[in-house]
Amino acid sequence: MTALTDLSLSEARDALLKGDVSAVELTRAQIAEIEQARILNAFIVETPEKAVAMAAASDARIAKGEAGPLEGIPLGIKDLYCTQGVQTTAASHILEGFTPAYESTVSANLWRDGAVMLGKLNLDEFAMGSSNETSYFGPVISPWRRAESETPLVPGGSSGGSAAAVAARLCFGATATDTGGSIRQPAAFTGTVGIKPTYGRCSRWGIVAFASSLDQAGPIARTVRDAAVLLRSMAGHDPKDTTSVDAPVPDYEAAVGRSVKGMRIGIPKEYRLEGIPAEIDALWRQGVEWLKEAGAIIVDISLPHTRYALPAYYIVAPAEASSNLARYDGVRYGLRVPGKDIVGMYEATRAAGFGKEVRRRIMIGAYVLSAGYYDAYYVRAQKIRTLIRQDFERVYANGVDAILTPATPSAAFGLGEKGSADPVEMYLNDVFTVTVNMAGLPGIAVPAGSSSEGLPLGLQLIGRPFDEETLFAVANVIEQAAPKLKPPSRWWA
Amino acid sequence: MNTHAKPSKLVKGATGDFEVVIGLEIHAQVTSRSKLFSGASTQFGEEPNANVSLIDAAMPGMLPVINAECVAQAVRTGLGLEAQINLRSVFDRKNYFYPDLPQGYQISQYKSPIVGEGVVKVDVSPTEQIEVGIERLHLEQDAGKSLHDQSETESLVDLNRSGVALMEIVSKPDMRSADEARAYVTKLRTILRYIGSCDGNMEQGSLRADVNVSVRRPGAPFGTRCEIKNVNSIRFIGQAIDVEARRQIGVIEDGGTIQQETRLFDPARGETRSMRSKEEAHDYRYFPDPDLLPLEFDAAYVEELKAGLPELPDAKKARFIKDYGLPPYDAGVLVADKETADYYEAAVGAGAVKRDPKLVANWITGDVAAYANSVGLPVAQTHIKPQQIGSLVDLIADGTISGKIAKDVLAIIIGEDKDGDPREIVETRGLKQVTDLGAIAAAVEAIIKANPDKVAQAQAKPSMIGWFVGQVMKQTGGKANPQAVNDELKARLGI
Repeated sequence: MTALTDLSLSEARDALLKGDVSAVELTRAQIAEIEQARILNAFIVETPEKAVAMAAASDARIAKGEAGPLEGIPLGIKDLYCTQGVQTTAASHILEGFTPAYESTVSANLWRDGAVMLGKLNLDEFAMGSSNETSYFGPVISPWRRAESETPLVPGGSSGGSAAAVAARLCFGATATDTGGSIRQPAAFTGTVGIKPTYGRCSRWGIVAFASSLDQAGPIARTVRDAAVLLRSMAGHDPKDTTSVDAPVPDYEAAVGRSVKGMRIGIPKEYRLEGIPAEIDALWRQGVEWLKEAGAIIVDISLPHTRYALPAYYIVAPAEASSNLARYDGVRYGLRVPGKDIVGMYEATRAAGFGKEVRRRIMIGAYVLSAGYYDAYYVRAQKIRTLIRQDFERVYANGVDAILTPATPSAAFGLGEKGSADPVEMYLNDVFTVTVNMAGLPGIAVPAGSSSEGLPLGLQLIGRPFDEETLFAVANVIEQAAPKLKPPSRWWA
Repeated sequence: MNTHAKPSKLVKGATGDFEVVIGLEIHAQVTSRSKLFSGASTQFGEEPNANVSLIDAAMPGMLPVINAECVAQAVRTGLGLEAQINLRSVFDRKNYFYPDLPQGYQISQYKSPIVGEGVVKVDVSPTEQIEVGIERLHLEQDAGKSLHDQSETESLVDLNRSGVALMEIVSKPDMRSADEARAYVTKLRTILRYIGSCDGNMEQGSLRADVNVSVRRPGAPFGTRCEIKNVNSIRFIGQAIDVEARRQIGVIEDGGTIQQETRLFDPARGETRSMRSKEEAHDYRYFPDPDLLPLEFDAAYVEELKAGLPELPDAKKARFIKDYGLPPYDAGVLVADKETADYYEAAVGAGAVKRDPKLVANWITGDVAAYANSVGLPVAQTHIKPQQIGSLVDLIADGTISGKIAKDVLAIIIGEDKDGDPREIVETRGLKQVTDLGAIAAAVEAIIKANPDKVAQAQAKPSMIGWFVGQVMKQTGGKANPQAVNDELKARLGI
């Protein structure tokens, strides 16, 4: 028999409802795995007592026939989500010890549906990073290793703890957030499925803000079906977030297995970048073949402003971040380092509280918003953003149902290998994913194969606004066609 | 806009005349139960930090949600200022660090305000009316308050006010004297109170002014302005303008130039002091708040609010002039306070008797207002009922009492018989005017007989008649009808 923790989320759900396993058993199995995998540093806070208590309550509801859609399913929560009574840090020293008196809407939705909280997952500080190396609490180590190598690899970022925990079977699924690729890139690096839904699909209330116009919550899970189940619970209108959209949440799981016959899948020529490894290109072509075989129609498309997306993103996101992070000033909560006067206190607190990458982005953001430079940077970046959105609108207006691209320009890299000399080297990780955030569209990363070194590789599908169902249908076709990845060896245990 | 310098407004310097140019930014606290972007209460005078939501304290992950009532109040006010209502406006973040600003930015409206250009008609004196242009009105959050006197070593912060909605109403530089500025603020406050969008209470800080002052030689281009921050009474606004204008004239006449800067008015020392120069000015790094969608509504919404507006001061004034035949200045004085205007109309219309509206106005703006002033209350909040004034005027009109006796009756109402009916007071106290011509003739006869020398004098110099009137009134206890006395005297003296 398979270990309990090897079950997929939807298998575990079905087993719970049939009474084959209890939520407490499932949760204890998960807690045991987490304890053995501490070297991965996926969790910032573990909440085993809370988890067992929640699981016991789930068992009682299952017994009474009152099970919710996620009843008894143990999950990890990215530590960017505020959780009532449980420390929430955004992986930053400045918030160390901060315990919210409130619960984020998305996590509250999960508890409403019966899910069990295992703890808070590590991430890049304030979700700024693509390798989970900027966390104040140390980097997350990927459960994956290159063949015949013990070099520690990054899980991607910023949702590195979420991706690593799901891949290492420390939880059945995890919440994540995506501002420029922070769900999809780590999912691709760890052989998991991650979906960033349409901007406005999930409430941002209670999630520590990075870049408000780009941030969006979404799940990381082991299968397309699991991601669909989680997103259905997470999504929904929230009057407390006026950018959330008041539209019904479909039964995403019902879209998994739906035929893609006759669907038009766009292949954007601008995503064929110079210097991209041949194996990434080959994976992309393989994806095209699988979709053709499933009856989809492949069309060549053009998204002409793609090349401006990354530079424009690195203006808009830091600009919003510089303002969003102004509240961490040592006055009301979190870290306070005394100074000789109020300005001295601000400077000392923020210098000690923020890591290097966060400070860098605050500086960039303050610069591009400053009086003499606003028009040259921020206003132009917003114009580019409009052009990028129009690129997609044109393509969708011409009957394209979804767009297939690589998820990342490479497989996972080693700890400390990238970005130490030039941060732009790290930023290039987001080259395929930021366009989706800039346009507010849904995007999913799905495992599609492996690199020559045996590391997972993913493909990305980009959908129409609020058409996550098509993404689940198409991603499921790729998932079914792709060779099954063997789970990472449990080298840590 | 006032383009030509009015000689009467000019200020004399040692080297000639100067014109003072004034523009005002009024911060008016919006009357609403909850704050601009949170559900916390706006109640004044609570314990520190009693009215603070998670949003007001800028806890991580909190998001603003616009309060529809504050939007409606801003639109109503814009309509009251005869201003352009913008169906689409945008909230921006004004970024700066201060302990009483928890978010590290103030949510305001920078490039696209909810209300555009408008105009306010201002009575400066009985003979002078000006128009002050409105540049814009926008919604923004108030800050909290730093408390520096609670501890020896630390400053404390009270966030009760943090996030309360303000309307910033920016005038054009259309005022030319402290009098004009005071009259403008008074009128603006009247409009806000009529609409009910701000209580106008300056002691509680519901209305504060930033005063922009510059001076120039008549006909010259605008001078460099200085902004005097946060002046919190109409009297201080006038004082600040006068001392700042004097200071600027002094600098210029001494050969200096005015530096653009922010200054503070110190009422105790009667001076303004530099707060920060233009070079030290913040770079606020404005940008559209990504947490809030642009604020959009349709013309039907504006029409609905317009239909719900009360009669505003200018319309009421026009109606008082037309319907009651009042002089414009009197009408203006009455409508300056909505309750006084209502009081006036109640007095005119009390008891369905037709009475002289001008006489009623005179009593209310005269003796009643003087009494109200002496007890520090608005007219409508004194114990004197409009019905009592209406009745008093009727007693004069039908010749029952003279105006002089009416003043005595009012004094009785003010003093010993607060709820007294004027007619009953006159009856029971025997104050009724003597119109019995026989009695008056007898009194006149007696005085003439007793004073032959005065008779001769009066016949030579008819203005002496006043002495006789006085004597007759004295003899009749002031109750004789003065007109009848006059007529009788003239006849008997042959003048």
